[in-house]
Amino acid sequence: MASTNPPPEPPGGVTTEHDEEGGSSKDAAAALPGASAELIAGSVGEYVRIWGKRIRSGESGALPVIIGLIVIILIFQVKSSLFLSAGNLVNLMTQAAFIITLGMAEVFVLLLGEIDLAAGFTAACGAVIALYLVAKGYPWWVAVLATLAATGAYGALQGFIITRLRLPSFVVTLAGFLGLSGVLLVLINATGSIGNGGVIRLESNVLNDIEGGWLSPAASWIVTIVLVALAGLMLYMRDRRRRVSGLVAPPLSITLLKIAVIAIAGVVVVLVGNTNRGTFLLAVRGLPWVVLVVIGVLVIYSTLLGRTRFGRYVYAIGGNAEAARRAGVATNRIRVLAFTLCGVTAGITGIIYSSYLGSISSGVNGGQNALNAVAAAVIGGTSLFGGRGKMMDALLGGLVVGVIANGLQLLGLSAATQLIWTALVLVAAVTVDALTRRGRATA
Amino acid sequence: MTGSPEDGARPANTAGRAPSGAGSGTDTVGGTLLQLRDIGKSFGPVSALSGVNLDIPAGQVTALVGDNGAGKSTLIKTIAGIWEPSEGHLIWQGRQVNFKNPRDATEAGIATVYQDLALCDNLDIVANMLLGHEVRRNLLLDEVSMEQTAKQTLADLRVVTVRNIRQLVGSLSGGQRQSVAVAKAVMLDAKLVIMDEPTAALGVTQTALVLGLIRRLSERGIAVLVVSHNLTDVFQVADRLAVLYLGRLVSVGPAADYDTASAVDLMTSGATQRTRDASANGLDDRTRTPDSRPEG
Repeated sequence: MASTNPPPEPPGGVTTEHDEEGGSSKDAAAALPGASAELIAGSVGEYVRIWGKRIRSGESGALPVIIGLIVIILIFQVKSSLFLSAGNLVNLMTQAAFIITLGMAEVFVLLLGEIDLAAGFTAACGAVIALYLVAKGYPWWVAVLATLAATGAYGALQGFIITRLRLPSFVVTLAGFLGLSGVLLVLINATGSIGNGGVIRLESNVLNDIEGGWLSPAASWIVTIVLVALAGLMLYMRDRRRRVSGLVAPPLSITLLKIAVIAIAGVVVVLVGNTNRGTFLLAVRGLPWVVLVVIGVLVIYSTLLGRTRFGRYVYAIGGNAEAARRAGVATNRIRVLAFTLCGVTAGITGIIYSSYLGSISSGVNGGQNALNAVAAAVIGGTSLFGGRGKMMDALLGGLVVGVIANGLQLLGLSAATQLIWTALVLVAAVTVDALTRRGRATA
Repeated sequence: MTGSPEDGARPANTAGRAPSGAGSGTDTVGGTLLQLRDIGKSFGPVSALSGVNLDIPAGQVTALVGDNGAGKSTLIKTIAGIWEPSEGHLIWQGRQVNFKNPRDATEAGIATVYQDLALCDNLDIVANMLLGHEVRRNLLLDEVSMEQTAKQTLADLRVVTVRNIRQLVGSLSGGQRQSVAVAKAVMLDAKLVIMDEPTAALGVTQTALVLGLIRRLSERGIAVLVVSHNLTDVFQVADRLAVLYLGRLVSVGPAADYDTASAVDLMTSGATQRTRDASANGLDDRTRTPDSRPEG
């Protein structure tokens, strides 16, 4: 998953005020941990030094999960040389996609300090709607829009009940989880012969291609280059505007460094995707479409959370709902909207999931999918208590969950082992998070 | 604690030593921004405030003091529009107003900085200062112009201890947090800033920081109403003092007419027999000076 646009740095952007000296040195020292590194740094060396200091003081950001991901990957590679093969890595991308998008759905509500336990079954019910419509002969995009409208409406309903009746989201969505697992059976039965035997096949080439199709190698390169160029341009323009406006901006070298990191990530993903993963007779090369879908959703949602009023208010409510209310934020409306987006994203997940399976059945484990999604977001660094987290967390955490499942399968270990290992990683992630935060508190 | 029971029981406008005429804190110099007229507030059978007349002049710091339960919070919440008064009315800039909710008061130009500050620890200083009033550019947040606005406001208030306005509010010290909360109020073009216990739980340096900030607000022509228990801080910063006792305003006047002892008397018993001169001359507080007795 590369060429991801840098998630717009949420509120914790850039800058310092060199011109405003004064105040006790004690205040200045106390102020440092919260400060962004790019600011005070005049050069790359200094940047790295400040970065290190911040990590020690508990502002580790995405670092623990990235290190964790690398460690897990190395372990699997040592155990099985097939792990880092192109074929398996592309498999990994397709396997992790629905956990990542469902994790993004959860991020919307986790940021508010809420949770959606029903998201897995919202996704499954959405998938039934989509698959039923395409089986009935509707165009794929009609099916997709209808699904997203239905799951979004369901999310809005949950949000409405939670905010208006002031019920805990845990209970409301637990009821949703139970209710929708029943609704799923009802829906599949209601499709009659289409859902014969509790399984609906996905009768749309376009939707099947999300997980089962790929771009040509040339297209993979072109798309990635365009995305990286756009991301780089936006990053550059933003820093430039800060400089022009007379605000403290990161040195040009750091802007370029960031762009280089994005470019390298993009190139690596394309190289993996474009390596032949087929057989002698039939070469298979190119990036799976689902990678683009996930990156597209990530960029849109990151922008929504990081650069719009809605996003700002979601963070504000998660941080201090009373403060947001007093500042004139329509907190109930924002909450309902967040639950609606959670539902819409669950709908997207349902379509990706059914594309991955090629069908949807009454046997979907929607409960476990939802919990895996919450785990993915939390492993990535999103707080269960609200106010802290990013869309990127769902991607990184979803990759961790996906890598564990993929690697253990590759080693021929049972589902039981996979669950236990996922659990251990989750506990480790939360522990690391708690420890770094404690470090921050005492810093 | 020399107030005799009958003193405390007297009607508000006669009890206590009244430098400028007790209960008639209406004679103020300069523009009067807000006038409270016979404000009363009861919660069921309990009367929290009654017959409060108070003028709040622009460009001055008015300190509202009183013991626990004296009605300080009720009074500021009434001004801030959280509660509507049961009796009496508010006159804001010469016009009678009726704040039905906090938003009405905010729109009129009254900003309240509550004790809990109402800041989001997970957002940075700029985001907190502009919360609810974000600037947009092509639908997206215009971080650059918001940062410039916030920076300018902090510079105007000479808040210099904050090194980086992009740091999270959660990483700030108590005084800095208070500064951010005040700057947020100022940014909304508040004409009256109400501060609830601004120096509670602050250290010496931080307290000095906040008191300096309060002074600068009044220098900018903003009226400040400070609620505080801490008389040392009150005397450092207040131009005027208003003392509440059991829901009644027992004394209002220039801060210079009071000292700690007389203020404590008023706060605890609703009356005082001490004069500033008597205390200053080292006369014991038990000394009663006849002319300090209020005229019934």
